[in-house]
Amino acid sequence: MTRHALLPIFALLPVLVLVATAADPKPTAKVSVTPLPPDPIVPVKVDRPAKDFTQTLEGAVLVPSDEDSSKMVEVPLKATLEMVYVPGGEFLMGSPDGESGRADNEGPQHKVTVRPFWMAKYETTWDQVDIWWKNAGLPNRIEVEPKNSGVKVKPDAITRPTNPFVDETYGHNRGGKPAISFSHHSAMMFCHWLRLNTKLPYRLPTEAEWEYACRAGSTGPYGFDEKAGKLDDYAWSLKNSPTKTKRDGTTHEVGTKKPNKFGLYDMHGNVAEWTLDQYDPKWYAKCAADKLALCPVNLPTEKKWSHVARGGSWTDDAPLLRSAARTVSDVDWMSEDPQFPRSIWWLTERDYVGFRVCLPTDEYPALVGLKPKMLKKGQ
Amino acid sequence: MENVSGLISPFFIDNWFPIPLPFKEGSNMANITRRDALAVGATAATLAAVGPVHAAGGDKIKVGLIGCGGRGGGAIGDSLRADPSIVFHAAGDVFQDRAKRVVAGQKEAFGERVDVGDRVFGGLDAFQKVIDSGANLIILATPPGFRPTHLEAAVKAGKHIFCEKPVAVDAPGIRKVLEVAKLAKEKKLSIVAGTQRRHQQGYIDTIKRIQDGAIGDITALRCSWNNQGIWFNPRQEGDSDIVYQIKNWYHFLWLCGDHITEQHVHNLDVCNWIMGTHPVRAVGIGGRAFRKQGDPNAVGNIYDHFAVEYQYANGVPMYSYCAHLPNISNDVSELAIGTKGQSQVNAYQIKGEKVHGRDPISAYVQEHKDLIQSIKDSKPYEELTTVAHSTMTAILGRMAVYSGEVLSWDDALADDHSTMPADLTLDMKHPISGTPYPTTYHVTRKPKGPKKK
Repeated sequence: MTRHALLPIFALLPVLVLVATAADPKPTAKVSVTPLPPDPIVPVKVDRPAKDFTQTLEGAVLVPSDEDSSKMVEVPLKATLEMVYVPGGEFLMGSPDGESGRADNEGPQHKVTVRPFWMAKYETTWDQVDIWWKNAGLPNRIEVEPKNSGVKVKPDAITRPTNPFVDETYGHNRGGKPAISFSHHSAMMFCHWLRLNTKLPYRLPTEAEWEYACRAGSTGPYGFDEKAGKLDDYAWSLKNSPTKTKRDGTTHEVGTKKPNKFGLYDMHGNVAEWTLDQYDPKWYAKCAADKLALCPVNLPTEKKWSHVARGGSWTDDAPLLRSAARTVSDVDWMSEDPQFPRSIWWLTERDYVGFRVCLPTDEYPALVGLKPKMLKKGQ
Repeated sequence: MENVSGLISPFFIDNWFPIPLPFKEGSNMANITRRDALAVGATAATLAAVGPVHAAGGDKIKVGLIGCGGRGGGAIGDSLRADPSIVFHAAGDVFQDRAKRVVAGQKEAFGERVDVGDRVFGGLDAFQKVIDSGANLIILATPPGFRPTHLEAAVKAGKHIFCEKPVAVDAPGIRKVLEVAKLAKEKKLSIVAGTQRRHQQGYIDTIKRIQDGAIGDITALRCSWNNQGIWFNPRQEGDSDIVYQIKNWYHFLWLCGDHITEQHVHNLDVCNWIMGTHPVRAVGIGGRAFRKQGDPNAVGNIYDHFAVEYQYANGVPMYSYCAHLPNISNDVSELAIGTKGQSQVNAYQIKGEKVHGRDPISAYVQEHKDLIQSIKDSKPYEELTTVAHSTMTAILGRMAVYSGEVLSWDDALADDHSTMPADLTLDMKHPISGTPYPTTYHVTRKPKGPKKK
């Protein structure tokens, strides 16, 4: 096993000794602090042909050396991220009053325009996300902000999640299975790390972009022609996700059902997908009243709760898999975290929440300079 | 003798347990469930009022928190969430700023129910000040090394207690806790001891079914807590040995008890719960492979992996694994194997079928609800003895691994090696000896008298 020079430069810097800037009224102390990666710099407009492309993700994980198990060496990790070009357009966001299984927060329907963007063909997999959260070159927050050191870093400092107490896959396996259990902040930070490494403005899709991509032109409850296909052909749901060994259902490898007309897989079911927006029950009414037509987004704040996950999951029946259905996160999504303040990285027992990333062609003004805002504080 | 489990253990020595097998059908069960042990709701009204603290309904229960780290902060929040009668009354930590921080954080979430005033204490004696502050209910959430001392002080003062697991880190500590548990019973105090699975409806229902015979007779158990490593805080200028060790308590045996005790006790407790008793012997292997290497004064002296084979008095083996290893597959689970099938207990599965869905309420809150209800109903609920036995199960496994011996429960429990420094002060020197291994570590045994003829 040899060392590989695939890590970003910052990973190879020696550990710096910084003099802590005191936030506590304690005497300052010399503490060794792991250096942070620089802030990502990304363009507002992406100069790429209007077609699908594949992004390569690289990193390294630390493992014990074969020659000397007390030494850790870096082993490269590699994965691909397939991006599908979604042409811009206009659609009616939300569901009509009469739609079966509809919830009140799906209306009023309002007209929305979205610019062209690339959407990940699949839900983010463990193979992809592991390159970030097991990355040998990235510190976690504890390493850059040691307890009692007085050192404080910005919430958008690129770090990776601390280790979870329990199996973060909840027995659903890794590899090409969709990544689960990550908080909205984690998903935001994964995108921020992508921005650093690709120099492209990757982010979570807004709710509007997500629904537009899911509908793929359909105005019915689902993003496919219901005369030609059945939900079971497109989605892993409570009904069809059980396997011989997982008789109560489970996540499935991404891309094992039919894609929609844009070529996107698993928009319905498998795992519910984080969108960028902070949840506000009155948001749709505001969009409709103010005629906020160009990709309205309720900007994410430093508040941990709530955000919207879309598409339903393997734990849901058909109504929650509809294009307009919104699953809203709340404090219960971390109720099994025994610590205070609770983690900003890991949901507990939410083994049905994942995400996928998107890439705007021409970023909306409100989203230029987007960064994670969460600090470890409270519930 | 046959290996009743049907499993081949990687380090199984044929017939190393001289215990006759098989056991009798149904003999391995003790049907104690939360519902049986607790009076809930109307039934409690008929019971005589015996609680020493809580008076008429509507009164507030004042909680004093001892230990204001992440778990202490979590526990007081869970307690406040569990019942509207709870008031956060006092807080103490060796480091007073930690106590202040927890109070401020809870104030933000719970407002007026945080009524701490100036009852925020620091120093090694902060625990006594919290106990003496007029609180009715004490939460003990310091590093476990302090637990026996704090339990003793709180029970002597007649307080109801929520204490975190584990309840001790060595055999002398366990012996003290077992005495304290007896005293608590005499004083009719309620104690819940942080093994929240015992308050988790899915576990309660699943284990009830196992005990009712759903998978036949138990032939073997397997449990594990394998995951990645944990945090480490750098030493700051001016930190004394003790301050540094407390800030990195997880890495020091005298404070933590090693990860088999601190963490894996949960899974061992589930196995003991299923069996209705504790094991009588253990043998195992383990080591420190991937934690920071170097001077134990800097890096600590605990292991990062254990594999222990226990045996219960009726011959049933329990295979236990725990690890903090980089990139290991996370596995926190309990499996029960019976003559008629298996139960993946943590998944609430029996013979592959789920017998219980997602718990409607977090067990971390439920354990406080159960405690508070028992106080309100004046029906003492004492969990300390059980959890002391589960903690001792972990300590037994650790001692077997450290010493390399096939070790009996009785010998382990009689061990005289106390890990707590004598006459502890915050500024004292406290050199740490290296990680214990067979040949450097010995179980202390009293010399045996001559055999009677």
